This record gives sequence, structure tokens and C-alpha cells, in this order.
Amino acid sequence: MELRAEELTCSRGGREVFRAVSFKVSAGEAILVTGRNGAGKSSLLRMIAGLARIAGGRLTLDGGAPEMPIGEQAHYLGHQDAMKPSLTVGENLGFWTKFLGARSAVEPALEAVDLAPLAGLPAAYLSAGQRRRLSIARLVAVSRPIWLLDEPTSALDVPSQKRLSELMRSHLGGGGIIVAAAHGAIGLERARELKLGSA
Amino acid sequence: MSALTALLVRDMWLAVRVGGGALMGALFFLIVVTMMPFAIGPDLALLARIGPAILWLGALLASLLALDRLFATDYEDGSLDLLMMGGMPLEITVATKAIAHWLTTGLPLVVIAPLLGLMLNVELHALGWLTLTLAAGTPALTFIGLIGAALSVALRRGGLLLAVLVLPLTVPVLIFGVAAANAAIVGPAPFGPPFTILCALSLASLVLGPIAAAAALRHGLE
Repeated sequence: MELRAEELTCSRGGREVFRAVSFKVSAGEAILVTGRNGAGKSSLLRMIAGLARIAGGRLTLDGGAPEMPIGEQAHYLGHQDAMKPSLTVGENLGFWTKFLGARSAVEPALEAVDLAPLAGLPAAYLSAGQRRRLSIARLVAVSRPIWLLDEPTSALDVPSQKRLSELMRSHLGGGGIIVAAAHGAIGLERARELKLGSA
Repeated sequence: MSALTALLVRDMWLAVRVGGGALMGALFFLIVVTMMPFAIGPDLALLARIGPAILWLGALLASLLALDRLFATDYEDGSLDLLMMGGMPLEITVATKAIAHWLTTGLPLVVIAPLLGLMLNVELHALGWLTLTLAAGTPALTFIGLIGAALSVALRRGGLLLAVLVLPLTVPVLIFGVAAANAAIVGPAPFGPPFTILCALSLASLVLGPIAAAAALRHGLE
């Protein structure tokens, strides 16, 4: 499996954010997108997820399911956690697991992010870091080959960051692809760096 | 299919739990209709004549009230992004949300309509017909409103824009809804023609609403 971007151009609100960005990521590889604020890191991830318009260039995925858009083979972990405050932790994760088309149980994924004891608690009472972990549990519960992570370590404490990097390593070990946007290290030593806005 | 069931159940839960808008519409409907006799005065004949129009206007405004929550909350917390990345066609996802919305906000209006009809001196034998027109017509209000809700999210303008966009489109529903209800209550025109047109409006909006709403949401991507 290989995700390939050729000469991607992104424009937002009529302003060009970046142009001619090309990269390749193969199965088991991670790429770390860096750049100053407004360089288009999040926009790049959203373009791959199919949530932002591709103004120019091409985005292809070799070896995936050809009939499915890339967005349906990818997980997007954005700044917002997509969790409803009035539903419990378990209900929130259970909904996304079912909606995103997996039949797996919710408990193992909650265990993986250490939220299992809070499964019955309404999500409104979670801290920012706990909500982040709940979003990460979604990546574990539903298996999709591409992970698009927008500053995945924000709001996470040190043990949770460690757990996240273990999850990312096992995802890569299973032939997954990670494209992460961050300002600092996210705990992946082998990740290549793609610097936006340097040209 | 289980994805859609999950979405339907989630949206209905969200509507009925604390902070959801399920009963807000029904309550607003109740208040509007209760206030009418106070404003108009105790003229029973007049009330009976304008009763269907009051009920339909109340239902229209009440269903508009909860519409802006249809996509706005999902947009704000990022759920909309994930809904668009699901395996289902966006049109179907959007239609499912609209069905959940109708079940939690439209159906309560239909259920309390007979009670409110009594307060407006609608004759007993006509209450059933009046309720039937609301049951047939409120899905059209929801599915037409769906387009406005999607557009207001896509354009990042809430509230008033939605009302301005949606209300003109609901005029045919209002006309034929009230016409059918009047035909059932006072006659002499037959009930059938306006009622079948009302059903046709509902069915057409059932198909066109989700397509237009999905197109609006896709266009709103940036």
C-alpha cells in the first residue's frame, strides 16, 4: 500500500496556502508534517481525508480498496473530538464504531487508552486529555489503514503520550500508514519529516 | 445498515436527553396555539374557521425552531467530518438524520395536534383528518428544512438565514395542508385533491431534500 501525493496545491478562501507538495508514504511508514502556523498542515490532512477540496495536483492510494475514496480508508483525528457530552463514554465510542462499519467490541479499545473504568460516565465530565484519549480509542476500535493525526499529543500527559506512541508503532507494524501534523516530536523516531511552507 | 440504525438511535437519544431539543418544538407549538384564543377573543365560530390555519402555522414555526440544531452541533464538535468519512453515501446519512429529527420533533407535534384542535373548537369528527394532514405534511417541512440546515452550516451562518431560506419553500406545504384541513372541517371542497398533493410534496421533498442537503454540505467543504 502506498499513499502518493503529486504536486498538491491547497487554497483556502481564495488564498493559496501551499503549492506543489509531493510525498510518498508506504505501508509501515509514518510522515510528520511540520511548518509554522497557517502553513497548511491541517489542510493537508483534511485534503487526504476528503474533507477539503484539492485545488490542484493528485492524491492516489495504491493497494487500498480501489472503489472506496481515500477518506473511507482513513481515520481523521482532528482538533475536535466528535464526542457528544450527553452520551456516555461507551455510547460515544460504540456509536462511532458502528457507524464507521466495524463490529468490534468497545471495551478493548477503551482499555487500550485506559478509559475502561469511565465507560458509563457522560462525556461532558471528561477532561481535555481524556476526551483526546477517547478519540484515539476510535482509531483502535475501527481498523482503517491510514491514520491522519492532527497534533495527536496535544492535551495528553506523559503516560498517555507513551501509550499513543505504542499504538502508533503497532499500527505501523501491522502495515498501516500514519500522516501526522505536529510542532514537536510525537514519539515516532522513524517518521520522515515533511516541512510545509519552506519553499 | 447497522451504521444507519446506530446514527438514528444516537440522534434520537441526543434529542431526548438533557439539552436535546425534542420537546422544545412541541412546547412552542403548545404555547403559540394556546395564546391564539386569548388574542382573538372568545368567538368560537371564528376560532373554528381559522383553527386549521393556526395549527399549521404553529407546526411550521415549531418545526423551524429546532432545525438549526440538525447539523450545527455536529459541525461544531467535528462529528460532521466523521459522518462524511463513513462508508455510507452522504445523501443516505443526511436522510437518516432527518428521519431521526422528524421522529423527535415532528411526530410530537402530530401527537398533540388533536388536543390543540379541541382548544380551537375544531369539531370532533374533523380532528382525525386534521391530524392526518399534519402527519402527512410535517415530513415535508423537515426535509425541506434539511436543505436550509445544510446550507446554513456550509455558509457558516446560522439562525435567521435558515428561516429566510426555508420559509418560502414551505409555502406550498402550508397552502395544501390548510386546504386539506379546511376541506375536512367546513367543506364544501373535497378532501382528496389537496391531501394527495400534500402527500406528493412530502414524497418529493423526501427524495430531493437529502440530495440537495448533501450537495450543500459537500460544497461547503474547504
